[in-house]
Amino acid sequence: MLNAKDILETITMIDEENLDIRTITMGISLLECADSDMHKLCDRVYDKITRRAEKLVVTGETIEKEFGIPIINKRISITPAAMVLASADKKDATLLAKTLERAAVTCGVNFIGGFSALVQKGFAAGDRELIAAIPEALSETEHICASVNIGSTKAGINMDAVGMMGRIIRDAAEKTAGRNCIGPAKLVVLCNAPEDNPFMAGAFHGAGEPDSVINVGVSGPGVVRAALKKAGDCDLTGVADIIKRTAFKITRMGQLVAQEASRRLGVPFGIVDLSLAPTPAVGDSVAHILEEMGLECCGACGTTAALALLNDAVKKGGVMASSHVGGLSGAFIPVTEDAGMIAAAQSGCLRIEKLEAMTAVCSVGLDMINLPGDTPAEVISALIADEAAIGMVNSKTTAVRVIPAIGKKVGEELSFGGLLGSGPIMPINTVSPARFIARGGRIPAPMQSLKN
Amino acid sequence: MRAVITVIGKDAVGILAAVATKCSEHHGNVTEVTQSVLQELFAMIMVVDIQALDIPFTQFAEEMEKLGAEKHLVIHAMHEDIFNAMHTI
Repeated sequence: MLNAKDILETITMIDEENLDIRTITMGISLLECADSDMHKLCDRVYDKITRRAEKLVVTGETIEKEFGIPIINKRISITPAAMVLASADKKDATLLAKTLERAAVTCGVNFIGGFSALVQKGFAAGDRELIAAIPEALSETEHICASVNIGSTKAGINMDAVGMMGRIIRDAAEKTAGRNCIGPAKLVVLCNAPEDNPFMAGAFHGAGEPDSVINVGVSGPGVVRAALKKAGDCDLTGVADIIKRTAFKITRMGQLVAQEASRRLGVPFGIVDLSLAPTPAVGDSVAHILEEMGLECCGACGTTAALALLNDAVKKGGVMASSHVGGLSGAFIPVTEDAGMIAAAQSGCLRIEKLEAMTAVCSVGLDMINLPGDTPAEVISALIADEAAIGMVNSKTTAVRVIPAIGKKVGEELSFGGLLGSGPIMPINTVSPARFIARGGRIPAPMQSLKN
Repeated sequence: MRAVITVIGKDAVGILAAVATKCSEHHGNVTEVTQSVLQELFAMIMVVDIQALDIPFTQFAEEMEKLGAEKHLVIHAMHEDIFNAMHTI
């Protein structure tokens, strides 16, 4: 039975605490679009995407209005584009990128993810061409997100790809230097990339997924913070309990929206991603949750422990609320997308080294961090290698999405606008790892990979 | 199929009447009403059967929102499933 207290709680969560569904993402397999003729391949890709996702946006908007819950983004994720590209005789990744952009515009979605290559163990046909085309694709399109998986617990870390990605990130920044270096903000380098992730920039539709699928990503850091504030000075067991209960409610809403979208679109329901995804809006910050737990500022000693508690409690609360949980599922810690992280980075309390430690206990990794414009490519590669090593050894997803702010120095700001936010250029240790990166090869898979 | 209409704002004469009239205009049948006035803040929750609505529910929700804006109130009309999903196991 409905009761007034519950109804008003939901209304307050939506109106005052920024509760929303971050994204409905439709995964679409493009494996059947393979063709040796590049133009035919692109035509097939365009037709398949626009046919499948024709009603995605309008369905999302109807659900939004009927249930009164904001759905911020409607997105598409596709089979890693390198796999599709592999079949073409003359591999033109830029033409494919332009086709994807056109399809995204036709469907009216906010992003299309999956301009991706999975190279954790080595390069297959299409992988090198796709990776080389990423900077141009990101500079000439608005809606495309790219990702490259360079490592996994099972395969180890492909250090040739790691070396390559440092240069690609710099190149993407330079090509978009006139637009606040937006290119690398849409490019993520992953280790243990999930195949059903609805969140950008790392979303792609894995080869083992069905033909099409609906995945939903929830949000709600503001709701968690408000619940903790209301509870006052309880002990940390109490804190974990409050987070669990709140995560349960948030996820139930995600499950409802996912099921409705799946039913109305006639596309199977895949997963709900239980992530706490912040936005730059005041009151929608993961850092502020950590501060509500009792830290003076995010980045202080205790931050990693507080984040570990938060991440675990979110999963425990959410997992019972959904029939299928997947994607990244955990707390996100992007710097420029989180008002509390921005303030902590500006004050100098939050540093890259601390963020790296935090990534060992939460989902994703070094996310939306602005670096000085003169950061050498090999330093970025080495940062990727460190982060991938954390993911590989701990059997978890880690990622790097950093933005070299071309022409800017530590202390200056770089602003992207919208959900990507803005933030200070953070200092990074530039003592040279050049020889280590130049060695290339593959870091062998760790003992953790031998589970059978 | 039922919807929940919530009205929050400063108390004034005729709020309940205005919302109920809008429901009846579109053949929405009000089945439950709870309201409270705490100091000057008015909070009303109405459960409405929307089976026989003469317009799509999304349009009905928009009209309610508009009515709220006219009367300086915040009015939401939402499908009841969202509350059931969030608050019951």
